Amino acid sequence: MKIHEYQGKAILASFGVPVPKGKVAYTAGEAVEIGKELGFPVVVKAQIHAGGRGKGGGVKLARSAEDCESIAKTMLGMTLVTHQTGSEGRVVRRLLIEQGMDLAGSREMYLAIVVDRASGRPVFMASGQGGMDIEEVAAKNPKAILKETIEAAVGFQAFQARKLAFGLGIPAALVPKSVAFMQSLYRAFEGTDASLLEINPFLQTKAGELLALDAKLNLDDNALYRHSDLKELRDFDEEDPLEVEASKFSLNYIKLEGGNVGCMVNGAGLAMATMDIIKLAGGCPANFLDVGGGASAEQIKNAFRILLADKEVRAVLINIFGGILRCDILAEGVIAAVRDLRVQVPVVVRMKGNNEQKGKEMLRGSGLNFVATDDMKEAARRVVAAAGADR
Amino acid sequence: MSVLVGRETRLLVQGMGKHGTFHAIGCREYGTKVVGGVTPGKGGTKTEGFPLFDSVEQAVAKTGANVSVIFVPPPGAADAIMEAADAGIPLVVCITEGIPTLDMVKVAAYLKGRKTRLIGPNCPGIISPGEKCKVGIMPGHIHKGGSVGVVSRSGTLTYEAVGQLTALGIGQSTCIGIGGDPIIGTTHTDALALFNKDRGTKAIVMIGEIGGNAEEEAAAYARPHVEKPVVGFIAGQTAPPGRRMGHAGAIIAGGKGTAAEKMKIMRAAGIHVVKSPADIGAAVAKLLKK
Repeated sequence: MKIHEYQGKAILASFGVPVPKGKVAYTAGEAVEIGKELGFPVVVKAQIHAGGRGKGGGVKLARSAEDCESIAKTMLGMTLVTHQTGSEGRVVRRLLIEQGMDLAGSREMYLAIVVDRASGRPVFMASGQGGMDIEEVAAKNPKAILKETIEAAVGFQAFQARKLAFGLGIPAALVPKSVAFMQSLYRAFEGTDASLLEINPFLQTKAGELLALDAKLNLDDNALYRHSDLKELRDFDEEDPLEVEASKFSLNYIKLEGGNVGCMVNGAGLAMATMDIIKLAGGCPANFLDVGGGASAEQIKNAFRILLADKEVRAVLINIFGGILRCDILAEGVIAAVRDLRVQVPVVVRMKGNNEQKGKEMLRGSGLNFVATDDMKEAARRVVAAAGADR
Repeated sequence: MSVLVGRETRLLVQGMGKHGTFHAIGCREYGTKVVGGVTPGKGGTKTEGFPLFDSVEQAVAKTGANVSVIFVPPPGAADAIMEAADAGIPLVVCITEGIPTLDMVKVAAYLKGRKTRLIGPNCPGIISPGEKCKVGIMPGHIHKGGSVGVVSRSGTLTYEAVGQLTALGIGQSTCIGIGGDPIIGTTHTDALALFNKDRGTKAIVMIGEIGGNAEEEAAAYARPHVEKPVVGFIAGQTAPPGRRMGHAGAIIAGGKGTAAEKMKIMRAAGIHVVKSPADIGAAVAKLLKK
């Protein structure tokens, strides 16, 4: 789960990580009030779940109350397009109003904690090249990124933090402060069950202060059950409404741009493979949709509602590898859903499992617009043809 | 012939709730020797003919269990894996989906230096059809005994590949679902090594997906070490970057872990990579004829 910068910073502050003073504003009036409280200049930062906000005009300096009001008015409600939002961009609904920092003579660095999949351990990363796109740094000069692997039993040790601090060239006098900073970060990472914690930039001011000038904290969805407070930080405005709707029914749905073949599959791997085979057949998948292992009549009906809410969808491919599941029961569910929801687009059903023949006969005998097959390649070919022909 | 599970398997089921009991019965019906279950507090009782125990340690002492399959829900699953390892069970298969990643960090550290091998979590399990041994939730009837080893990160996509093989009359030695999570026990590389050593395995199917670099590592291993023909497929060729495709581990992050990159590296290592998931069976058939 992604959360906003202001939420991430509040969490970090609660773990003792120094962050600039600031508050969230939902209106221009609130923005001005907060600005007056903090004293001008302040930085007005658009809160969306995507990076690259500065370049897109989502981070501005306000020198006065009037300034702050006009910036806040422009920013709230604007659609911010960054390299991470896609072409449709994101509507700005919240602003973070933060004290303006004197950046003269300061240094911007980078810190991050992630779990390394190969070793199964968290890794603390640091780089002297803050403010930049870290992926670019990693690609061009991987040696510029320092890494310390963390042992689960003992956690992040002071000597590891010292290695990183000295490696970054932080002056000796500030090393103890850096160690405390980094150890607080690790406590926050562990304490929130984060999947990613990134401080970019990590600021060292001329006066020798250390601050998290920006913060990105992603949480592990699987661990949210033990963090009821963090669960509430979810911002549904930042998610695709159809994806939110799908998640209510334990359907895993991801909308893809530019596709017109809806697909409904059981299992994530097969769902991806089904998208792939649609593409290979010359079509374009409209979505990823995993209905889960059961594929009950109720689930299929919910899945159809979600799929067909996407008006681009011209045909639907249902690919269910039942195994234990009975195909006649599956067919019953599909027929009921298509009848109840008055599905107009052609539906190609590919199913494998017990009572396959009976299931296929039921679909064919229903009088509805079905193509039933047990061959995946054939199913893809038919659905792509149907989606094209209907145009 | 098979790897990891077979005639010698004495299976213990951890988490004999509704789900666990259902699949314990499924495994027994397939032919697996299911020796009992663990549900703390139910020790000394029986369910569906399975003797229940309060702890894995007790169960091992009484039944000689040498494989454990875990159906314990996510909050207790990591604990269940470590309990099985502590009891000295050599093979632990964790079916549970949704274990927090930092719990798995602890599990990975705990297993280091112990003799326990973990398969999963978030996987369908492992099956050796020729020896009538199923440890997991896969539909047994689609399998057929034979000489192709299958390793995969996904569930139903594995069934798809197995279904194609069986339809062509090609049987399987062992099929291992290694799971779709970021941190897993047995990897593609481990499975390749096991299949390469197994005299009953003549060809290998390796099914991967976007995210991480386990397939790249397996390819690097396969090039100098694996003499048997390998057919590969990567799911997610059309997946957008930055989106988690159902599995916790299936995400293209920072431009890394794309299907195109994995397929290229696998091809360079001599693996026969097919683009279409419908061609897996046919590709194996072609290689076996050579």
